[in-house]
Amino acid sequence: MKGMTIIVQTITRLVKIFILLYGLYLTLTGHLTPGGGFAGGVVIACLYILLTLAYGRQWALRRFPRRLAGSLDSVGGFIFLIVACLGFGFGGMFFVNFLERFFPGRPFALLSAGTIPLNNIAICLKVAASLFLVFIVMAGARLLEKKDRTYDYKQEEEE
Amino acid sequence: MIQLLPLFVAIPLGAAFLTALAAFKARRLADVGSALATGALLVLAVITIGRQGVYPVGGFLAPLGITLVLDGFSVLLLLIVNGIGFLATLYSISYMERYTSKYKYFTLFLLMIGGMNGVVITGDVFNLFVFLEIASIASYALVAFGGEHEELEASFKYLVLGSVGSGFILLAIALVYGATGQLNMAGIAMALAGTDKHLLIAFASVLFLAGFSVKAALVPFHPWLPDAHPSAPAPISAMLSGVLIKALGVYALARIIFNVLGATPLFGMIVMGLGVLSMTVGVILAVGQWDFKRLLAYHSISQMGYVVLGIGLGMFILASGGDSVVAGTALLGGILHLANHAAFKSLLFFCAGSVEFRTGTRMLKELGGIQEKMPVTRLTCTVASLSIAGIPPLNGFWSKLIIVIATIQAAFTYPGLLVLTAVTVLVSFVTLVSFLKVLRYVFLGALPDAFRKIKESPFFMGVTIVSLALLCAGMGLLLVPAARGAILDPAIEALKQGLGYGSRVLAGM
Repeated sequence: MKGMTIIVQTITRLVKIFILLYGLYLTLTGHLTPGGGFAGGVVIACLYILLTLAYGRQWALRRFPRRLAGSLDSVGGFIFLIVACLGFGFGGMFFVNFLERFFPGRPFALLSAGTIPLNNIAICLKVAASLFLVFIVMAGARLLEKKDRTYDYKQEEEE
Repeated sequence: MIQLLPLFVAIPLGAAFLTALAAFKARRLADVGSALATGALLVLAVITIGRQGVYPVGGFLAPLGITLVLDGFSVLLLLIVNGIGFLATLYSISYMERYTSKYKYFTLFLLMIGGMNGVVITGDVFNLFVFLEIASIASYALVAFGGEHEELEASFKYLVLGSVGSGFILLAIALVYGATGQLNMAGIAMALAGTDKHLLIAFASVLFLAGFSVKAALVPFHPWLPDAHPSAPAPISAMLSGVLIKALGVYALARIIFNVLGATPLFGMIVMGLGVLSMTVGVILAVGQWDFKRLLAYHSISQMGYVVLGIGLGMFILASGGDSVVAGTALLGGILHLANHAAFKSLLFFCAGSVEFRTGTRMLKELGGIQEKMPVTRLTCTVASLSIAGIPPLNGFWSKLIIVIATIQAAFTYPGLLVLTAVTVLVSFVTLVSFLKVLRYVFLGALPDAFRKIKESPFFMGVTIVSLALLCAGMGLLLVPAARGAILDPAIEALKQGLGYGSRVLAGM
């Protein structure tokens, strides 16, 4: 895949930072306004999908390799679990909001709602990385017709 | 102890994420980490015996928050899931050497165990759906792990049918939520107790039945199973057949119908009918198979029929106001067979895996005469075959005997049920016939030249099959009053309490 025309590439270059900022905004203020980790993660994944479409798969995978995406995916899930398990130690109960004592829920205050912003960040990492991975894996799959007219599935290897 | 309940979900998920993160560099780490994680889970499951309680996750109390509920039935399933899970991990250490990216396999495997543990301990219907999907999606990927044409086809079929089943379950949950305004199982049971059956609830029950029957592979819903089980790697076949169809199918169905929505006599009869249909159709299809693992897969359908027959009979008698002792016997038979089937069917799949590991084929006609080359496998496979056919004193005999006794006792009130007795015994006989065929073609006869140099299965695989064979021989001891009072009776009581589950859970047990 070589990517698309110079018009698309230029527009993409102009809007990419805004898309990224919007995704981060949705994630970081997920506990205050509509949005949250999942929505923000989807927006960030869409940015990478747009870059992949505009510049081609090789270009995107050089900057954001598959193994890094896989690691971020696991890290996101792991952070979520760690936050949940820290509830054991500090609140005496799984998933308890142990930071709420220090950052109680206040309207429009960025540092509020205890552990929920942390959970949002973890979900954002997980969703962004895994949606990007799903896209890349499916874009790399090929169905090859064999001699006996059955189809064989093949995954193109990037590295 | 109840404080440790979330660990049943947290340990496998954490181990899965860590394995995915760290293990592509250090290859042994995946083996050791997974064995440690599942071993810890098994220890935790043993600690839960005889305990019960309610755990509000995050400190949010029952009708609003998500609760984890531990009662007799959950304890039994936790023992099965984590016991077989630990043995399958040990087996995988040697068996999965043939495949690349073993750490990906262990990641998916641990996710599947986490999902099944979640299904078993959750007290919230939507949470149950989420865990059910975690376990199902991990199993779709594991069926396709070989990556060949056959595996992908089986996995795709399983994916489509499994998703249809999940869709039914989700729709049923939505209907129940619409009718009661509750997602907590105890809350739903409280809202429904003492009221007349809403038509919407009856519809939701049927949707639940269809969805969970797909997961449990009962006969009209079974077509994914005979493809998925042979295609998966052997430890996964053992997990799917020994644990997954029970935790996701039978456990969830029994829990929802008995404790959440409430059983009716008609519903009990439908469940019994599904059980009888699965028993007979499964075993008839199994007799003619020449693929070792496909034959075992059809027997899974047939044996699940026994489990569902016992549970359905108990449901029917309880709901129509019959003798509670007879209902208890029927439930005991069903639940004991559930546990026994987990032991002998996983052992059979492990044996099939060992044979395939050394000979490279699982076609019965190409095998033969390997009894001197693989004596341990031969012995354990014989134990498992006799056990599934119901030969005393192995475990399968006891549970089948109890189911037969329950049908005869029930026939005093409902004479038509004597047909069930006859079918149960007949199916057991056909099972014996088909396993004699397996033993004859795999282990006896002339040794083909290609197999002159094969050896016994590797150490970890041998340990697994021997310990499962010991379990098969000894599980009849579960009926000794002390063991029965600790493990089986609480499970039966949990089902027999019916909608009383709601008030007990809301009161914190």
